[in-house]
Amino acid sequence: MKGQSKEVLLLGNEACVEGAIMAGVRFFAGYPITPASEIAEHMSLRLPQEGGCFIQMEDEIGSVTAATGASMGGVKAMTASSGPGISLKQEGIGCAAIMEVPLVIVNVQRGGPGIGNIQPAQGDVMQARWGTHGGVHMIALAPSSVQECFDLTVKAVNLSERFRVPVMILSDASIGHMREKVTLPESLELVERPRPKVDPKDYLSYDTEAPDGVPPMADLGTAYESHFTSFIHNKKGFAAWTDYAITDALVHRLNNKLLMHLNDILLIESYLLDDADMVVVAHGSTARPSKAAVNRARQAGIKAGLLKLLTVWPFPYEHVRSLAKRTKTFLVPELNLGQLAGEVERCLGEKNVLHQVNRVDGGLLTPDQILAAIEEAK
Amino acid sequence: MAKIEPLQNLMAEYLNEATLPSTWCPGCGIGTTMGGLVRAVSASDIPREKFVLVTGIGCYGGAGTYIRMSDIHALHGRCPSYATGLKLARPDLHPILLMGDGDSSAIGGNHLIHAARRNINITAIIMNNHIYGMTGGQYSPTTPIGTKAATAPFGLTDHPFDICRLVAAAGGTFVARTTVYHVAQLASLIGRAIAHPGFSLVEVESICPTYFGRRKKMGSPVQMLHWLKDNSVSAAKAKEMSPEELEGKVVTGVFVEEHRTECVAEYQELIKRIHAK
Repeated sequence: MKGQSKEVLLLGNEACVEGAIMAGVRFFAGYPITPASEIAEHMSLRLPQEGGCFIQMEDEIGSVTAATGASMGGVKAMTASSGPGISLKQEGIGCAAIMEVPLVIVNVQRGGPGIGNIQPAQGDVMQARWGTHGGVHMIALAPSSVQECFDLTVKAVNLSERFRVPVMILSDASIGHMREKVTLPESLELVERPRPKVDPKDYLSYDTEAPDGVPPMADLGTAYESHFTSFIHNKKGFAAWTDYAITDALVHRLNNKLLMHLNDILLIESYLLDDADMVVVAHGSTARPSKAAVNRARQAGIKAGLLKLLTVWPFPYEHVRSLAKRTKTFLVPELNLGQLAGEVERCLGEKNVLHQVNRVDGGLLTPDQILAAIEEAK
Repeated sequence: MAKIEPLQNLMAEYLNEATLPSTWCPGCGIGTTMGGLVRAVSASDIPREKFVLVTGIGCYGGAGTYIRMSDIHALHGRCPSYATGLKLARPDLHPILLMGDGDSSAIGGNHLIHAARRNINITAIIMNNHIYGMTGGQYSPTTPIGTKAATAPFGLTDHPFDICRLVAAAGGTFVARTTVYHVAQLASLIGRAIAHPGFSLVEVESICPTYFGRRKKMGSPVQMLHWLKDNSVSAAKAKEMSPEELEGKVVTGVFVEEHRTECVAEYQELIKRIHAK
């Protein structure tokens, strides 16, 4: 990439678009839904300018599957939605996962269940991990600022290409509709999916002998005959679900190809944790008021620290476990009734105590509310 | 388009011997439909690697396994949307959708009509056997009213779709129907559909001896093929027949062949216009 870094004022949703385009995304398919629509709108403006393609599909399943089809043709692709729209996309997300097609899905979360409301929420933490049937491992990244919308979208595109997986960005209505200064980098590292180097006649669509668990992927329409199959399949890409050994190996490989690369995937920020008596674990739009609350707790003499998760899935179990060995108290602020808290709880020992502070009324958690929870948990 | 070859000359080149024999029932119409596809593809001027078969799920969904061409065997009903994304991103490719009656007009009905509306340059070969075969004989949107099926033990009470009329009304610009009895017409219509620059549909009236014919007491697969022969009427002849005479008949031939702007080409023009400014 050429040019100089520059500062611009962007909406969170626009920053996702700019990050995606700078990371090489040239196809977007979407269906309008509040609070994600600005992503489709901005893509419809920006993509043709970059020689790419935008299409408004007839529904959410059509959007995620059109984006998957584009990616199979070798073009980096993205879709976006919110709440009920993401629920619809789950069919296509699971299909992209088993077919191992790189894809980015932005989930600008809103309240639920059902149509719920269009207020900020963090109710899709578990849906991002377990939303599709079959329980395949997912990557989910959570921005807490407009700059992070840009940065994490770039990261999402690169991770999806590197590991041939769908990657979800867990934004929400407050971040998507927030306008902040963003520094657009002069250049950035672009990652391309591993493409085959073998002779076309030797190509296997799912070469499980690849040492890192990620098989090379040919673009459709080349000399490489490709078989993208959403059935449990063999290396060639043909249905093989009656074979226990092949089924077992495939399901394990799809999970392990992320677990064996955790160092490349986990993004965590530790703030004042070295001497902390209390760990606040937060992500997305609760990370910012949590940081403010930690600062005010410190002023009041409470040794609180913040563990901010930019990668929500895979969850950093080892990291939280090691914190639990030297810190007794944990507090998880969330805009749901305790989805991330459940994962933190799995890492705690007998001596640890878990506290929660939650909001599900459509409002954001404030530093005051989190500080009050810190003081109560102390 | 080159001359259409006899199928036996093409088998070694196009069939994936390692995956044969197929899982299809004896007498099923899929094999004949695949024969028509292979003959049409081999006769076209387009290199084979530029074709992508896009299949749904069900008996017909396994077709990509047996033919030596790239394929996407993805999700029930979503073939048109995978193909729409692929075609927009890669206008040089030729997606061919292989969908059954349930796949195309029930779970995927929305995607089918919108692909036709956009007039996107992809080809759909819908094989209509009027029943859900792989799942065990439940009724589909094309099952005739009154028919008994696994989910209609007392006879079906709702009305069927006419897939050709549906796609024509939605804006498809090449719409044709043939049957698995009319093997020469089958290959020829698929060839014309592939060459057509817009959304093209060939509906193939097929037979499911296991789950449709058996319940309706239609006899052996051969007898079912004879039924197709005896009950088919060309589009030209059908024009002179009354609605009463056409009741229960299969009308074959080309219903729509027209030229209208195609969405991928239009979008490429839009990109050029933006860059010319």
